[in-house]
Amino acid sequence: MSSESYHEPIELLSERAKNLHRAIVSLKEELEAVDWYQQRAEASTDPELRAVLLHNKDEEVEHAMMTLEWLRRNDPVFAANIDTYLNSKGPIVDVEGHATEGGASASTKPARSSASLGIGSLKERK
Amino acid sequence: MDILKRERAPISSEAWEQIDDEARRVLRLHLAGRKVVDFSGPHGWDLGAVNTGRLKHMEAGPLPDVSHAIRDVLPLVEVRSKIVLPILELDYAGRGATDLDLDPVIATAERVARAEDAAIFHGFPPGNITGVIPASPHAPIDVTSTLEWPRAVSRAKEALRLAGVGGPYVLVLGPKAHGELSADSDDGYPLRRRIEGILGEGSLVWAPVLEEGAVLLSTRGGDYELTVGQDWSIGYASHDRTEVELYLTESFTFRILENKAAILLRRPA
Repeated sequence: MSSESYHEPIELLSERAKNLHRAIVSLKEELEAVDWYQQRAEASTDPELRAVLLHNKDEEVEHAMMTLEWLRRNDPVFAANIDTYLNSKGPIVDVEGHATEGGASASTKPARSSASLGIGSLKERK
Repeated sequence: MDILKRERAPISSEAWEQIDDEARRVLRLHLAGRKVVDFSGPHGWDLGAVNTGRLKHMEAGPLPDVSHAIRDVLPLVEVRSKIVLPILELDYAGRGATDLDLDPVIATAERVARAEDAAIFHGFPPGNITGVIPASPHAPIDVTSTLEWPRAVSRAKEALRLAGVGGPYVLVLGPKAHGELSADSDDGYPLRRRIEGILGEGSLVWAPVLEEGAVLLSTRGGDYELTVGQDWSIGYASHDRTEVELYLTESFTFRILENKAAILLRRPA
C-alpha cells in the first residue's frame, strides 16, 4: 500500500481522493526532508558534508514543487489559491483581503482562474 | 470580481450549491472523451493557445533574402451555453428545499458535454481541431448484426496491435451500440461480458455523441490530449424579476499525437 495514513475506509474513497491523498502525503514527506536537511546542514561541522546536505535539501524542494504542481493541475481549489498567492506582491495577508473583496489592486496579481466545477480528468488509471 | 460574475446573481449559496452539484453530476456522467484521453490543465483563462512546436513556413516573405515562418499553435475554443432558471424556484433552497427543479441545468450540461465530445471524436475545423475518428487511418469495421460485436471488437483490437498500438483498450460506445451490448446475449451469455472478456473489465464507456457506432481506442497515454484552460464553470449573465440567466462555459482544445491509436466500428442504422 502506498500509504498507511488513510482516515476513512479505502472502499469509500474515489480514485481521485486516493490520488490526491498520495500527492499530499508525498508533499508532506518532501517538505519534512527539506527541514531535516536544513537542520543537519546547519549543525554539521564538516564543510563538505554541509555542502552535500544543502544540495540534497535543494533537490527535495524541487520534488516538493513538482508534487505541488500536480496538485494545482488536479485540484481547482489548490489552483485558485496558488493563482491568488504565488508571485503576489505586498503583504501576504493583504492579498487575502483583496482576493475576497474581489478588488485586486496593482500590488496583487489579478486572479484569472475562476472557480470551476472541478471536473478535470475522468480517465481511470489502470 | 472575476469573469464569471457569480456574485452578481440573485442566487443564495444554498441554491448555487445545488446548481453546481447537478451540473457536476451530469457532466461526469456524459463526458466520454475525458474518460479515455490524456488531460492537461486546468490552466485558467490566461491560456490562449497550445504550442505544437512546429512552424508554418512562408513561401515568400515581404523582404528579399529574409525567410519568415509563423509558429503553429492550437487556439483554445471557448464554448458557452445558457441556463435559464426561475428565481422563485431557486429561492426555495433558502427555505430548506433540497430538491430544486433543475431540469434546465441538466439539459445544458448534456448539451455542452456533447459539444466537447463532438470536438474530440468528430473534430471542430473552425478551431483547428481534428477528431479521433476522421484522423484514424484504419478502415472502419462494419458491424452487420448485434451478435457480430465480439468478433468486430477482436478484429479492431488486432488492427491496433498490428499498427504497433498497445493497450489497454477502451470501447467507446454510442447509444445504439451500448443498448445492444447491454440488452442482448449470445446463447444466454451477455454480449457485454464477452466484450469485457476481450478487453478487460471496465473497458466500456458510454458516449451519446457516437451515433455511428463505437470507437476502440488505446488508453496507454501519449496519443490524444485534451487541453483545458478554464474547466467547466457556471457564470452569471443577467436576470429580471422572474428569471435568472446563467451559462456553462469552458475553454479547451484537443490534439492528436498518434492518429493510429483508434479505429471506428460502424453500426448501420
